[in-house]
Amino acid sequence: MAAPKTIIRFENVSKRYGKVLAVDDVSLSIDEGEFFALLGPSGCGKTTLLRMLAGFETPSEGRILIDGEDISRTPPNKRPVNMVFQSYAVFPHMTVADNVAYGLKVDGVPGAERARRVEEALGLVKLDGYGARKPDQLSGGQRQRVALARALVKRPRVLLLDEPLSALDAKLREAMRSELAQLQEKVGVTFLFVTHDQDEALAMASRCAVMNRGLLQQVATPSDLYEFPNSRFVADFIGSVNLFEGRLEVDEHDHAVVVSPELPTRIYLDHGVTGAHESTVWVALRPEKIELHKRGQGREPPVLEDTPGGHNVVPGIIRQIAYLGSESVYDVAVEGGRTVKTLRSNLTRRDQEDFTWDEPVWLAWHACSPAVLLS
Amino acid sequence: MDESWKKAKGVFAALGAPPVLWLLAFFLVPLAIIWGYSFGENKSLTEIAVDGTFRNYLHAVRPLYLGIILKSFWFAALTTLFCLVVGFPVAIAITFASDKAKSWLLLLIMLPFWTNLLIRTYALMAVLRTEGYINFTLAFLWNGVSHLTALFGHPLGPFQPLELLHNNFAVVFGLVYVQLPFMVLPLYAALDRLDRSLLEASLDLGAGHFTTFRRVVVPLAMPGIVSGILVTLIPSVGAYLTPDLLGGPSSQMIANVIERQFKTANDWPFGAALSFLLMYMTFLAIAVQAIVSRNRRGRER
Repeated sequence: MAAPKTIIRFENVSKRYGKVLAVDDVSLSIDEGEFFALLGPSGCGKTTLLRMLAGFETPSEGRILIDGEDISRTPPNKRPVNMVFQSYAVFPHMTVADNVAYGLKVDGVPGAERARRVEEALGLVKLDGYGARKPDQLSGGQRQRVALARALVKRPRVLLLDEPLSALDAKLREAMRSELAQLQEKVGVTFLFVTHDQDEALAMASRCAVMNRGLLQQVATPSDLYEFPNSRFVADFIGSVNLFEGRLEVDEHDHAVVVSPELPTRIYLDHGVTGAHESTVWVALRPEKIELHKRGQGREPPVLEDTPGGHNVVPGIIRQIAYLGSESVYDVAVEGGRTVKTLRSNLTRRDQEDFTWDEPVWLAWHACSPAVLLS
Repeated sequence: MDESWKKAKGVFAALGAPPVLWLLAFFLVPLAIIWGYSFGENKSLTEIAVDGTFRNYLHAVRPLYLGIILKSFWFAALTTLFCLVVGFPVAIAITFASDKAKSWLLLLIMLPFWTNLLIRTYALMAVLRTEGYINFTLAFLWNGVSHLTALFGHPLGPFQPLELLHNNFAVVFGLVYVQLPFMVLPLYAALDRLDRSLLEASLDLGAGHFTTFRRVVVPLAMPGIVSGILVTLIPSVGAYLTPDLLGGPSSQMIANVIERQFKTANDWPFGAALSFLLMYMTFLAIAVQAIVSRNRRGRER
């Protein structure tokens, strides 16, 4: 397979609104054929970045290149990108077919070819036969399909999607996720979408960029973002996490130990950390990676084969149980007052009865489970 | 809550009766009396006999008066057209101004309403007359240029002030000046409701600004355009003060003729007939517009 070709490149792009720095020195490359997500909380600059790519905003500094060509100052109607708006922005005074044909008409595509391509685009989004309808006769999901067809019919180099699923109800959102992924595979166009919903980004994207306060925090595949976050912000923003502040006590090439005043045990890791000895670090531990064991009535603490004794095992008491059907979340109070979240899948129909409120338990995790964060 | 409000007929009647009675006593009844007069004739200086004659209407459709009515509609149409051409960019500018600038611009649009129409019209006369500000400025420029050309031996000659007042131009100019806010406000209201992302979508799909305006802005602002046209056209047809003060002898509009029937000519029945002829025509125009728009909506369903 040939090496993927870079299609979009942001080079040190900043955007200032008065004194506010909405996008702060972002450099980012996106390859052809990627399904790329810009992820972050509201106000993080992800939409500004998207709108700069579409041409509705101009970067204060830096350049934006598409296929190696600087388009930072090209007007939006001259760019090889098309956008699906958050509100869909389907023209209410035109039929579905006229909406889809609009971009071809202004480009001067002749009538017969236009009709054929409109038909094809409507088929692509499964709206065959809806051409004569008006937008007010469509559901929200159908309007979104019109917006998709209208953008894709122009055969853009990049399709931009601004919060594509946020206006749909939960069930439809789920269905639309896989459908968008299938659509992208089918048309082969690079998709760049903006979302504040981490589930959405993890489920659809081939690669994500996490942004916070205008800064690019991490660019990685969804699983790398989840398992190998590079900062407390990313660890906390993607999924649920227990964070412990501590000191790096041992740092060898094949193992490391962190001491946290928030935990009555030392944290053992099966890999070295490239941090300064005795420096402050944070340990991120995902709830599902913590095992729950029974304690009390003389039961011994669990033995972890990859971890020396006295590490990674903490006694505690269950304070809160949230039963979520497929899994249960247990809030466990450990010595020192910290509450640790753990998650247990309900693999059988009786699993949720194993543990109850105020039950003494052991918490244990493997040496490969915690992630050490330096910032 | 609002359900019970509708059921409480006593409350409904108590709240609704005063305005209904007011309109009945001071608008509909006098209007009906005038309507009656239009079918009557003068018996003496102060006595009018309503005898069901159509003489007044026959009188009113004679070429002289019909011509003035047509001219009134023509002036009003010109006024509306200029208001639309001038008002649309203004409405767009206000719509896209920052929130702070927006309230100031709207205030500027409404500011003329705080001054009496008569005073505004006299002020306009001061601007337009032969010794007015426009001619004063033009004379100043003319003399300046004349001095320059005199250096090369070709003086321009004395300045001839432009005749800007007491003609058809002055009437239409004055009407545009008076009616412009009535055009701008409904246009602004329609444009302000417009979803900005529709404009961005149009640009995004490759359309330029002009195409976006023609294909997206105008069709979506159509309700505002129609109501702007109506509220400009109808008062312009019946304008009285502007043609009276700014117009010349040949630019009188129908309201001036009607005024003369009631005052100097003391022919109330004929004045009433002219008034109602104008009203019938206006009603007809509104009805045609309503039918056309309903048919169009029906076809879209």
